[in-house]
Amino acid sequence: MSLQTLTYLFVGISFLVYITIAVWSRASSTKEFYIAGAHVSPLANGLATAADWMSAASFISMAGIVSYMGRDGSVYLMGWTGGYVLLALLIAPYLRDFGKFTIPDFIGDRYYSQFARMVAVFCAIFVSFTYVAGQMRGVGVVFSRFLEVDINMGVLIGMGIVFFYAVLGGMKGITYTQVAQYCVLIFAYMVPAVFISILMTGNVIPQLGFGSELNESYGGGYLLDRLDGMHRELGFAAYTEGARSSLDILFFTAALIMGTAGLPHVIIRFFTVPSVRAARKSAGYALFFIAILYTTAPAIAAFARTNLLNTVNNAVYSEMPGWFTTWENTNLIQFNDKNADGRIQYVADPEINELFVDRDIIVLANPEIAQLPNWVIALVAAGGLAAALSTAAGLLLVISTSISHDLLKRNLMPGISEKQELLFARIAIFFAVCVAGYFGINPPGFVAEVVAFAFGLAASSFFPAIVLGIFSIRMNKEGAIAGMIAGIAFTASYIIYFKFINPAANISDNWWFGISPEGIGTLGMLINFAVSIGVCRFTPAPPKDVVDMVLDIRVPGKPA
Amino acid sequence: MSEQDNEYWKENIRILKILLSVWFVVSFLLSVIFVDQLDVIRFGGFKLGFWMAQQGSIYVYVVLIFIYLKMMDKLDHKYHHDEKDILAEESRNNE
Repeated sequence: MSLQTLTYLFVGISFLVYITIAVWSRASSTKEFYIAGAHVSPLANGLATAADWMSAASFISMAGIVSYMGRDGSVYLMGWTGGYVLLALLIAPYLRDFGKFTIPDFIGDRYYSQFARMVAVFCAIFVSFTYVAGQMRGVGVVFSRFLEVDINMGVLIGMGIVFFYAVLGGMKGITYTQVAQYCVLIFAYMVPAVFISILMTGNVIPQLGFGSELNESYGGGYLLDRLDGMHRELGFAAYTEGARSSLDILFFTAALIMGTAGLPHVIIRFFTVPSVRAARKSAGYALFFIAILYTTAPAIAAFARTNLLNTVNNAVYSEMPGWFTTWENTNLIQFNDKNADGRIQYVADPEINELFVDRDIIVLANPEIAQLPNWVIALVAAGGLAAALSTAAGLLLVISTSISHDLLKRNLMPGISEKQELLFARIAIFFAVCVAGYFGINPPGFVAEVVAFAFGLAASSFFPAIVLGIFSIRMNKEGAIAGMIAGIAFTASYIIYFKFINPAANISDNWWFGISPEGIGTLGMLINFAVSIGVCRFTPAPPKDVVDMVLDIRVPGKPA
Repeated sequence: MSEQDNEYWKENIRILKILLSVWFVVSFLLSVIFVDQLDVIRFGGFKLGFWMAQQGSIYVYVVLIFIYLKMMDKLDHKYHHDEKDILAEESRNNE
């Protein structure tokens, strides 16, 4: 079968599975729509959380980013896993015991303030929209490359699928589709990784393979040593050594970690399990399933980098294999024969370098570069779609819940019946899908930039407010609100200044303490903690029922 | 808050302090600050610092959560919260 037919087949089958699950798991109450009735088993929630978390960015872009950053890529590897330890130890069990539907629920109740609730709603919606735009774009890219449909058509098909199962099943439908999507995406990620690992090093396990010796046909010697050598030869920094300052790496990693622990679409998943213990356990399962992909990514990165340098450098342009031309057509590979020798020079020096390779194609083109069979390539397409759709669905649910539950039911229209609330939730998801689709078709040029925003905001607003809300009985609404506003204002102005107002000044010499805008959320978080604790000392203690609530959620199983 | 709940919470905090210290050392000291010093040590094709930053830290995270689960199970059992947890679960299911 041709690649085209196989891709249609794999993507078609996976979509059919998602739709079947959606029909089977319709939601009939707000509890089912918001938190899947709190009946999800820890294992299923672990799988769903992993799919929810691993987006198009994790599946398509991450290995490529690591491939270009070398050791500094650890920022993303640790940043996007380390937060689960904080989630499991500091947040998930207690919020599960709190037992309501959303983060703004907790912030609003714990800080006995509609204003605090609205700050939380605003952050949740902003963070989620930022994210979802990127997912829809990912869907479009996969469709246009592998199924050769128009990129906009691809976005529309993706919207249709997400719309169908999110509106029908809410959290319940999303949860069980995500379980299926995890299976698809992890299989699609591992198969080519294992293939390439065997091909290059003879080791079946990619995590060990990239620390092994290369096969004779690849020139022998340890893979990483050889990669370092090639990098030096071409003028790049050694692959296994860092290029950025330790302090910046530390702040950047910490911002991603705290941001992860404060992201609403992740936290909300722990509301769907039946008990506190189940919440702890499912955090462990979730990270285990995430770690399978995240420990494979750096292996793929090293394999791909070696393969790419071996294949392209000094190669004769007219003799390049088919994938090279295919990706050239999408402009993700660009070649400009500056010295007109008909060969490709791929070096660090921008004056001499003739090749541009977009980092996003590392995962997508890797099976082709390594000449793997067609069905593996088709599988990667289905996996990329699963990763993008599963994350998009989780984010859309947060947006819809924020509007129908936090904004309408808990604030503007407390009198509405459950039926009406459910209807509003479905309408809200419909509009959220449309807005997400719009951003997918007309992507704002700053998608990559606003991701720094999403994590910075989550780290500097939600994370301290939630942790203090659980671990400090004395923390009051004045402290928490002042802290959230100080944290957000500081982080946002730093990012806006360097990314939008004065991008030319965005170099390490101008950064405060050498901290990049990506890492500034960590400082924002520290400011939030300091302001909260400071203001709280000079303002009245929280009322007794709030204190009782905090004491309740500290001990598992006590009804609030 | 009863005396017993107070004790439970103190022990809970102690567990968190131990586990989060390990988490901090692995994430920020071994994988970022002292990564070049660790790189002197090699096993197979890996330098230790590089391996910690791209592999080891993630394995430690997974293990930490499961150790936490075990420690909390023990603590909950000691204070009989495991039963309450189940009872509360049942009452919720019966709603």
